[in-house]
Amino acid sequence: MFDRRDLLKGAGLAAMAATLNSTKALALETVTLPFGNGERPLVKYPQKRPLIGLTSRPPQLETPFAIFNDGPITPNNAFFVRYHLAGLPYDLDPDKFTLEVKGKVDKALKLSLKDIKKMKATEIVAVTQCSGNSRGFFEPRVAGGQLANGAMGNARWRGVPLKTVLDMAGVQAGAKQVVFGGMDGPVSDKTPDFTKALDLAHASDGEVMLAYGMNGEDLPFLNGFPLRLVVPGYYGTYWVKHLNEITVIDSVYDGFWMKSAYRIPDTPDNSVEPGTTPKATIPINRFTIRSFITNVPDGAKLKAGRTTLRGIAFDGGKGIKDVSVSTDGGKTWASAKLGKDLGKYSFREWKLPVKLAAGQVELKVRATSNSGETQPDTPRWNPAGYLRNVVETVRVSVA
Amino acid sequence: MQRTVLSAIALVAAALVGSVLAAPVNYKTPDETAAFKPGPNLEVVQGNCAACHSSDYIATQPPMKDKKAFWQAEVTKMIKVYGAPIADADVGKIVDYLAATY
Repeated sequence: MFDRRDLLKGAGLAAMAATLNSTKALALETVTLPFGNGERPLVKYPQKRPLIGLTSRPPQLETPFAIFNDGPITPNNAFFVRYHLAGLPYDLDPDKFTLEVKGKVDKALKLSLKDIKKMKATEIVAVTQCSGNSRGFFEPRVAGGQLANGAMGNARWRGVPLKTVLDMAGVQAGAKQVVFGGMDGPVSDKTPDFTKALDLAHASDGEVMLAYGMNGEDLPFLNGFPLRLVVPGYYGTYWVKHLNEITVIDSVYDGFWMKSAYRIPDTPDNSVEPGTTPKATIPINRFTIRSFITNVPDGAKLKAGRTTLRGIAFDGGKGIKDVSVSTDGGKTWASAKLGKDLGKYSFREWKLPVKLAAGQVELKVRATSNSGETQPDTPRWNPAGYLRNVVETVRVSVA
Repeated sequence: MQRTVLSAIALVAAALVGSVLAAPVNYKTPDETAAFKPGPNLEVVQGNCAACHSSDYIATQPPMKDKKAFWQAEVTKMIKVYGAPIADADVGKIVDYLAATY
């Protein structure tokens, strides 16, 4: 639910975001993302503040980047939205909602939302990010949703471990994978329904969660109400929304959305020479490590002297060890002070006081994880436009 | 000003009533405003593409050097991968429209 004040505040923020995110606000209703053909409307959906509209049917909404400077938790009404198929369960009745657990289990289950909410709840703060986040920056450009950096968000998820439900059902010997289906589906029965799978060991690791709560509220409808899968550290494609079907299988699931879509090159850094086709691919999995400056947009004019840079960093679940910042185009680097640790799957805030000399300055930020993973200086490339995590550069004029 | 306050109260009241009578959700998306650009064979394109997705799926694709090859690949993907029931006779018309218009 929203009220008029939220609406107005949201509109103001979005307008500001449009300015801060190196996006030009042509009017309140339009922003231009910083790549070719990047003009987008700002659109207002129920339960959401004005967000960057990528597509309307099915809905895809991007978070204006300035919102990431407001804190490490992304508000529900600013959280990005990504659907694949236009058959959304617009009229779903939470009182009649049923989660089915079936397949290679001793006892098939049908659980109501009430049944699930009665179980012992757990919480985890975790980022979800669209596989195609930042696809618009790929060179050469590739087909698909042309997103800037706003198809990501960090929330405190509340629900029950998937393991609890799998244990209740009793997974049979020989089971290999767990398959997840949601209530959203295709318009044509010829289109493959959106279905994803995880290996059994991953699905029952105790962290993968069936979530009904998000930042202390019910999930917004467009983020998967009333129940979604939370797969910490993994790309959003696995976080199945409106989740109502869990099937344990004794094979490797070979449906379209696992076997053909959401694949990355099977090479050491999961990239290939730009413009080429990989010889072999694997399913996309954990996030690559990323970091951003959130309080200075590209193209900003700053005063010479002391200022504080701040931002966020995250990775696929090892946790952030260091965030280093350069104010001279990458020649020298200084370690930033990390903010409160909300968990290894969360955005980690950072800040660093710096002294800026007059002139054209390139600010750069680079994170390193506890496993030593860091960000490359040149962008990796793959045909689907996934995994972008190049060291980000913000160009500013200092006077 | 007074009207703003009143309508705000009305909205909050509506919200409260809405949360008591929560089920079913009956979520309403805003009206679809994006439209296909005018071009050759527009009606063939509307008839074939708009059943499954809005036109902004097309309009937001990146500017490509070889438009014809890009759009041919996309239309082929829609047919082969997503099962779009596009008649053979329409494929060329759709590709021509997309390459000429986007």
